Amino acid sequence: MIITLIDIALLTFMGATAIAILRLGSLFAVVMLSGIYSLLAASMFVALDAVDVAFTEAAVGAGISTVLMMATLALTGERERPSHRRPYVPLAVVLITGAALIYATFDMPPFGAADAPVNLHVAPRYLNESFAEVGLPNVVTSILASYRGFDTLGEVTVIFTAGVAVMLLLGGRKGDDAGIKTEPPEDDNRDDDDDGGGGGGSAA
Amino acid sequence: MRHHRVLRIVSKLLIPFIMLFALYVQFHGDFGPGGGFQAGVIFASAFILYGLIFGMENARKVAPPGVVTRLLAAGVLIYAGTGYAGLIGGANFLDYNVLGATPVAGQHLGILVIEFGVGTTVAAAMITIFFLFAGRER
Repeated sequence: MIITLIDIALLTFMGATAIAILRLGSLFAVVMLSGIYSLLAASMFVALDAVDVAFTEAAVGAGISTVLMMATLALTGERERPSHRRPYVPLAVVLITGAALIYATFDMPPFGAADAPVNLHVAPRYLNESFAEVGLPNVVTSILASYRGFDTLGEVTVIFTAGVAVMLLLGGRKGDDAGIKTEPPEDDNRDDDDDGGGGGGSAA
Repeated sequence: MRHHRVLRIVSKLLIPFIMLFALYVQFHGDFGPGGGFQAGVIFASAFILYGLIFGMENARKVAPPGVVTRLLAAGVLIYAGTGYAGLIGGANFLDYNVLGATPVAGQHLGILVIEFGVGTTVAAAMITIFFLFAGRER
């Protein structure tokens, strides 16, 4: 009962935040509201008992993303340029996709149902055997780091690739930082940076 | 923001605790919520806070971009290297059972090491991306 009320309250807040993001023209406010939206999503994950996911959402979505968006705003500008295009086609696409997704939920088993296919495949094995096989109280870590170690290696590679890609796109030319302050030791650092990026790229 | 005394002092007080919390999340991920991803992000946020308050030049002195870039690659190599260690021990790639005296001890060691690799790469990636975004002139 209380959980249902919390769910309804969180969903209402998330809807209100999403509509406010759509309506506002100030990008600063939009970035702040996106952070709030992520925090609400993290609360939703806590309500769903997925604390590991909630932790990640709060740290990445509400924390780092907001800071990076702010850094981007400092480079672009704080007002959204008004658009004069008619949004009918995108609106139709969104409505049809949304309706299809909602229609698909009618076929889904109720949330947390013990006989749902997702709870019958490998989940019992993880829950029953992982303590004997891996020995960790946190089954999520056992799955992520051991049973699904390949997936996590792929994810880490994705993050590595993202870092390298941003470095290639924005790090670019030497002396890019000239506007801040260029000193000989810092030049050395820039050189190291480029070498490191190249070395890392070939290692992957 | 170098002239805001309250921000400066509060962040100086907070940064050690943020880093300590990141290490707790990193090494306690086996027992509670958390792990390398979250710990890496929290650890990087300490550097980002430092960069926001004390300026990018100072932040670059604390975390030289060359070192951070090497750590970015080192994390992936630690993870993949653990996989090869299992291979050398006679098991499959990323099978930690052979890394310790007993399979469970091996699993424990393997997970600790790969989580450390994950945390290293995530923290280095976040610091790199923030430095590059914040270091750009309009």
